[in-house]
Amino acid sequence: MQLTQSQKAQIRWLKSADGVILLKSSGDWTIDALRDAAGMLEHFSMASRNVSIQWDVSDVGRVDSAGMMLFIHYYDLLKSDNCSIEVIGAKDEHEKMYRLLREYAPGHPVVEPSFSSRFLRIFNGIGKISVAFVLDMGAFLSFIGENFVIFLSSLLNPLSIRFGAIVKNIEDAGVRAMPIVALTSFLIGIVIAYQGAVQLEKFGANIFIVDMIGISVTRELAPLITAIVVAGRTGSSYTAQLGVMKITEEIDAMRTMGFDPHRFLVLPRIMALMIALPLMIFFADIVGILGGMFISHVHLHLSYAEFLHRLQTVLEMKHVWIGIGKGPFFAWLIAAVGCFRGFQVSKSTESIGRYTTISVVNAIFLVIACDALFSVILTELGI
Amino acid sequence: MSDTVITVLNVVTRFGKNVVHDGISLNVRRGEIYGLLGGSGSGKSTLMKEIIMLLRPQSGEIRVLGQNLLTISRSDAAILRHQWGVLFQAGALYSSLTVRENVGIKLKEYTDLPLKLIRDIVRLKINMVGLPEHAADLYPAELSGGMVKRASLARALAMDPKLLFLDEPTSGLDPVGAEAFDNLILKLREILGLTVVMVTHDLDSIWTVVDRFAVLGEKKVIAEGTLNEVRQNPHPVIKKFFRGKRGLIRSRNGG
Repeated sequence: MQLTQSQKAQIRWLKSADGVILLKSSGDWTIDALRDAAGMLEHFSMASRNVSIQWDVSDVGRVDSAGMMLFIHYYDLLKSDNCSIEVIGAKDEHEKMYRLLREYAPGHPVVEPSFSSRFLRIFNGIGKISVAFVLDMGAFLSFIGENFVIFLSSLLNPLSIRFGAIVKNIEDAGVRAMPIVALTSFLIGIVIAYQGAVQLEKFGANIFIVDMIGISVTRELAPLITAIVVAGRTGSSYTAQLGVMKITEEIDAMRTMGFDPHRFLVLPRIMALMIALPLMIFFADIVGILGGMFISHVHLHLSYAEFLHRLQTVLEMKHVWIGIGKGPFFAWLIAAVGCFRGFQVSKSTESIGRYTTISVVNAIFLVIACDALFSVILTELGI
Repeated sequence: MSDTVITVLNVVTRFGKNVVHDGISLNVRRGEIYGLLGGSGSGKSTLMKEIIMLLRPQSGEIRVLGQNLLTISRSDAAILRHQWGVLFQAGALYSSLTVRENVGIKLKEYTDLPLKLIRDIVRLKINMVGLPEHAADLYPAELSGGMVKRASLARALAMDPKLLFLDEPTSGLDPVGAEAFDNLILKLREILGLTVVMVTHDLDSIWTVVDRFAVLGEKKVIAEGTLNEVRQNPHPVIKKFFRGKRGLIRSRNGG
């Protein structure tokens, strides 16, 4: 049983005088030697209809299931094209294999989808996606509904709130994220200052850089950038954590012990992020303004004292409050979506990756949509 | 041409200071179903991994189909890998592919057969292992435990291997499913002329499907042979294995 080289499977045909086609196959009909024979048989079967065939297999060497499958496939195909086939010279071992495999051979060949069904498939796809979307929304609504009920019941019984878990989640999601939030908001401050400085310098209106940085960073940029960083960092980790717990049946185990996963896992995460995100936005405000101040000093030669003095007079507190006030809303969206997607993970490991991606994409989209909503409402209200 | 397909000779395996095998030797003959037995941690899965070139022993010799695995060249190793199929304990189906794609992946990558033929071969193999036709388009996450094993077996058989390695094929199956799986192995050996090596601790499998087996323990092969030969062995580990309650019941009812 050494590694043997296979002889190429071959097939030839010749027409005898009485109209019978003699099909002669030879070589090894094994998986690594079949290609030419498969091509020629395809060619042969296309051209043959309503003929008598003698299939001589006496020169065939080794046969494996792929080779036998090839034989069966074209045998059936030619039969269905009204050919009469007589197989001659089959060896015992081949016949035995034929009998054993015949019962498992797939019957009718797979039907290629016709044009109209391909066309319909598009609508089929759209329909499936729409239904999935509606079901998804329904599931999300029932998730936040359940969560809200648990929240209300824990308000009635404040001792049941998991304060320890909240603190731990604040540390994970807030404190540990401070370096990356500081870095991104500092860079945003620098970018805004640079872009503004070039334009303002043209008008000799250098001092207005302070207004620009102060308002844009506190009202819009710091909340948005912080929320996006948190969505990527914390939202994804919520999904992955809960997803793994789902796969390892930890969540089922909790349910059997009477620990409601919403109370123990979801609520602490949502509350922690709703507390942490506004604080992080405030932190990002400070760092972002520092970044802008630094560039104003370097590029526009505006002294730090001058910058701060101007900041005090032009930056109304409402801008800061609006920016921080968005925090809990963003946090709720990120945490709720992250946990919801975590619970959707099914039993394959691959779905963790898929739902984590979905969770981050959803969270970032919702944060930006929510921010746009805030802009519209606040502008309409004249704030 | 010898009738020995796999020869393991004086194999020593160490992980750090932990010696797993201390001079293991055994032979697998062509066409037989060979069992590797032993308690948990006796190194039977490790030995199988060495035979399929996932691990290298520290010393000794392993020959598979006449090739010495410790001195084999890369190209020979590639050819050799096409001669066997492996069924992993948890199936190890690729979770991003459907059953049909899982079964067909080696055919697609390693042969130049027309797609139509590949599709037929895949359906043949899926029928052979007793999976329903509609299972072909499911993803592994949607299959039950028994179906995962069958799908994985179909994948292992895709290229018509000469050798089939099974790592605890019946673990996680109910007794009915396990027996059906054992019968399936027997039938496939008949159809495809396989040589099967299986790691198992399912006593029922040993009684029903395994022709010869080796019992691993104390870092060595304690006994090798057919069931009746091994049962005569007075070694305490063998006694525990076959004279324990489960073993006794089985031998009374038709050993």
